[in-house]
Amino acid sequence: MNWDMVGIWLGALTTLFLYSFLYRDNPFYKFAEHLFVGMSAGYWLIYSVFNVLIPNWWDRMLPEGGGFQWVWLIPGVFAVFMLARMVPKIAGLSRFALAMIVGTGAGLNMVTFFQSNALAQVKGTIFSVATGGVWSVFSSLVLVVGVVSGLVYFFFSKAHTGMTGRTASVGITILMVAFGASFGYTIMARISLLVGRVTFLLEDWLPTIPRLFGIGG
Amino acid sequence: MAGIYDKLSNLDRRIIFILIALAVIIPITTDLVIPNIVGQEPSRDLFEFVDSLPEGSIVIVSFDYDPSTMPELQPMAEAIVRHLFRDGHRIIGMALWPQGASLGQDAMSAFADSLGRAQYVDWVNMGYKTGGAVTIARLGTSMRAVFPTDRDNVPWDDIPMLRGVNNLEDIDLVISLSAGDPGIIHWVMMAKDRYGTPVGGGCTAVSAPQLYTYLQTDQMVGLLGGLKGAADYETLVGLLEGEATKGMSPQSVAHIVIMLFIVIGNVTYFMQKKKGGAR
Repeated sequence: MNWDMVGIWLGALTTLFLYSFLYRDNPFYKFAEHLFVGMSAGYWLIYSVFNVLIPNWWDRMLPEGGGFQWVWLIPGVFAVFMLARMVPKIAGLSRFALAMIVGTGAGLNMVTFFQSNALAQVKGTIFSVATGGVWSVFSSLVLVVGVVSGLVYFFFSKAHTGMTGRTASVGITILMVAFGASFGYTIMARISLLVGRVTFLLEDWLPTIPRLFGIGG
Repeated sequence: MAGIYDKLSNLDRRIIFILIALAVIIPITTDLVIPNIVGQEPSRDLFEFVDSLPEGSIVIVSFDYDPSTMPELQPMAEAIVRHLFRDGHRIIGMALWPQGASLGQDAMSAFADSLGRAQYVDWVNMGYKTGGAVTIARLGTSMRAVFPTDRDNVPWDDIPMLRGVNNLEDIDLVISLSAGDPGIIHWVMMAKDRYGTPVGGGCTAVSAPQLYTYLQTDQMVGLLGGLKGAADYETLVGLLEGEATKGMSPQSVAHIVIMLFIVIGNVTYFMQKKKGGAR
């Protein structure tokens, strides 16, 4: 059996089943949807066991050279605590594991996240406007006006009337332009995925139909 | 006239789907070519940064995506790998997403032989490592601790190109091809802002606007946004028949159809509003 051909046909059929939802909900779509969810869950389970648990935990607890590294029992116990959520009587144990995850994440990110996403961004808006050519000055002014008016829009301690209201209006306009750019990029992403699927159907799947029925090469 | 606006405002969405499908299918089947113009964009910045690296530089390419975003990110990976190999740089491939390791292997092995680049001398695939930002932070202190072996279980010390490489400070550039979390943001936060290693990357179009902020602050050396970014890089590298460049024709036609519908929708809305009929 030609497994490549089987793979192409399965891919093509599930693609068509999923796109059939655009016409209306139907059993083919439901089948493909459930197949996808089920296979994803199974795939991730196996992948996690063999690519995360075994190399990062099991192999370190019981190294090839022999011996037993008991310290690796600790993360194992925490992992079991996570599963305790399924047993109501001992569900509270999972909080120890969650506390460890949240604490590590917060500790690691607190300084770095603030530095990269707050301080560096604020620093990026502090510069001399009157440098470079006319276009550079205009661009800088747009940035300054955009940042200030955008912040004013989110300042709710003062009624948005008079000067504050007019500045907030500029702010919401700037925000709308930003959302428009995001929307445009989102469309590009979705169309790119569609192009990928259509290319697969036209260039990989369609040529197999004559071969399947013994027509042509 | 009012009847036309009513019909347009109640247009069956399936007609739009069919038109979008045709806008994609017809350019592909007719091999329509729309030239891809590369301006002064972040994709050119990334290309020029790679071009400016001295020969033999060590570059980490992190394949942080999976097959669901292949149409956008795999062409980027291939164009970048080709550029790095062509200019004589060494690639340490890795992945923060499980399936990225296989996709990275495909991209690197596809060009290695034809460009005369040898595994373990010019490129290596360290494979997938879980942990996201924590993993990157650890790379800053000891890469060997994170990757004791490569994807094929070859020990770190047995890989010639890794001699002298200890941590991120020994890396000349990190390029993350990212479909989300973990991805470029974590590389910027850890590799660039904590250890000072230059970071560039490519991302899906959905996440591009979020990452533009890191360009203005020089936290990133360049960015490829979506299929357009991939097509730009292919054009700059000279891959004129690349997957992304070919994909830009149906992409452009589909965009025109969508823009037409946006215009039609707005005109219909305002005409109905003028007549007091808009909801």
